[in-house]
Amino acid sequence: MSEKTATGELRLKTDVLVIGGGPAGTWAAITAASGGAKVVLADKGYCGSSGATAPSGTGVWYVKPEEKMREEAKQSRFALGGQLAENGWMDRVLDRTYANMNKLGEWGYPFPLDDGGNPYKRGLQGPEYMRLMRRLVQKAGVKILDHSPALELLADEHGVGGAAGVRTQAGGTWRVQAGAVVIATGGCAFLSRALGCNVLTGDGYLLAAEAGAELSGMEFSNAYAISPTFSSVTKTAYYKYASFYYEDGSVVEGAGSQRGRSIIARNLQSGRQVYARLDQAPEDLRPLLRVGQTNFFLPFDRMGIDPFADKFPVTLRLEGTVRGTGGIHITDETCATKVPGLYAAGDAATRQLICGGFTGGGSHNAAWAMSSGSFAGEGAAAYALKLGSHAADRNVGGLSSAPIAAEGHTVGDSAKSAAATQEAVRAVQAEVQPYSINLFRTEKGLNESIGRLDGIWNELKGRDVARTTEGVKAREAAAMTATARWMYHTAIARTETRGMHKREDFPTLDEAQHYRLISGGLDDVYVKKESVTKEAVTG
Amino acid sequence: MIEIISETKCISCNQCVSVCPTNVFDRVQDGIPVIARQSDCQTCFMCELYCPVDALYVAPDSEGLTLISEAQAEGEGLLGGYREKVGWGRGRQPVASHAFMYELAKRTSF
Repeated sequence: MSEKTATGELRLKTDVLVIGGGPAGTWAAITAASGGAKVVLADKGYCGSSGATAPSGTGVWYVKPEEKMREEAKQSRFALGGQLAENGWMDRVLDRTYANMNKLGEWGYPFPLDDGGNPYKRGLQGPEYMRLMRRLVQKAGVKILDHSPALELLADEHGVGGAAGVRTQAGGTWRVQAGAVVIATGGCAFLSRALGCNVLTGDGYLLAAEAGAELSGMEFSNAYAISPTFSSVTKTAYYKYASFYYEDGSVVEGAGSQRGRSIIARNLQSGRQVYARLDQAPEDLRPLLRVGQTNFFLPFDRMGIDPFADKFPVTLRLEGTVRGTGGIHITDETCATKVPGLYAAGDAATRQLICGGFTGGGSHNAAWAMSSGSFAGEGAAAYALKLGSHAADRNVGGLSSAPIAAEGHTVGDSAKSAAATQEAVRAVQAEVQPYSINLFRTEKGLNESIGRLDGIWNELKGRDVARTTEGVKAREAAAMTATARWMYHTAIARTETRGMHKREDFPTLDEAQHYRLISGGLDDVYVKKESVTKEAVTG
Repeated sequence: MIEIISETKCISCNQCVSVCPTNVFDRVQDGIPVIARQSDCQTCFMCELYCPVDALYVAPDSEGLTLISEAQAEGEGLLGGYREKVGWGRGRQPVASHAFMYELAKRTSF
């Protein structure tokens, strides 16, 4: 059912609304539709090109269901993640990823062939994968709203029942009433220009928290990727073939792409530029590397740099919770949150269940996105269908913590508001990007930062938000501010070093802190402990 | 960042306007699209990849403008270069199915 109001608002009623059209959102949409639900998918950009996956190539945690291989796969990063992953979740994600990747093959994804002539399914090329996912979403009868960021969730006393937002290209606004909502908006990289990540501003975390849902593992939010200083391309994996140098050509001792990233950070922090050269890549491997990550070489080729032979300046670009593992706390195997009708998937949901507090390469992330997306799609469809056909007729209201203008109304001076939003974004970036605060964490540094972040939050929450592109940017600024506050409050509470969370003042792992940290709240942020096993709910 | 829309090549299909995740372009009535919000470009190369006639060029610098001219980009064979590598376009094989993908996987742990 669809109608347009006099002010140009698109109104839809559906069983399931999916917010976000990357891998998790598209898997949620097609899975919910195959479960018999009517589905609408709203993406703030374009479903098929938006997000971290579409412009990248990624490995996939695709492991044949043989006991020994599965055990090895589960063990491989367990210690790195601070032993916070859970066996049962790893099993079901491995199972679902295996099934989904096989489906992708049947649906036409052009996998390369192995020596035996069989499709080799341990990787995906983002452009190909996401173009196919868009087609599958359309084929499943899902209505896609492109360029339609959400401003707020809608709810009544029974739970979440839709969302409202802006149509940045078509003009006007949208309002979708639904039996259930899946948040698949990705993580938060704080507009750092990491590849494909500038649409990932923590929007879903804010929406979920405003509905009363909680976050989990937000201390695991300080992923930084190695990238050339001049480039958005953040593919750290290939830097395992790099040597790192100072400007005079001498080697930066101990620097490396895996354990030696801190040494690069300390140099950059002290104002000393670090250069990389992929001179450890064997000659005969180089043509293979060029094909394996087409986009990795694109900036170099266009700058006239041969990364195997020339030194180039590097930086560490913040990927926040996109590669970090914190996110919305999910409370059962359907990826439900504690709020009825609200589900979370992909980077928007915590990935600790399979990664703990650390993610290396993208293979677990891709596996989590497609698996949690389909779990959430199933869960949301079943929930909405159980509510019945009148679920979308409920009298739901907006949940935004900042006042949102009535439909068709403007607020104040738009240029002034745009400038204030930009200033807030820069202020948040100044808290989360510095290695001195976010990578090398101390109680003092975190506390001082929280004080400043509280100020930004209080300033933003009182401002009226217009139902325009400008209003969307203001809400993004609020989402980034809220995300940073959950991150740092949680980081203070974890007085140890575990996974990617590194405390300068507590440099070792403390066995007694083998638990999760759940956070939430808007004006008043809270952090509480939860045992790891308690989160492993069995269906 | 996106720097070039070739006036001579562009067919006004507006695919770039649609696929840009950060809404950098604007449609123009009876004309070719314009780069309306260049500073919002995140240098993800998707517009260039989706352009069916190789009319776009995304410069590699994500932080500032290179001010490359169309003639220079054309001369260096840069227009459409990424699309060719990804293997999109008529008669091309997608790089996703390239034999090197498997060869690389055999030799590394990516």
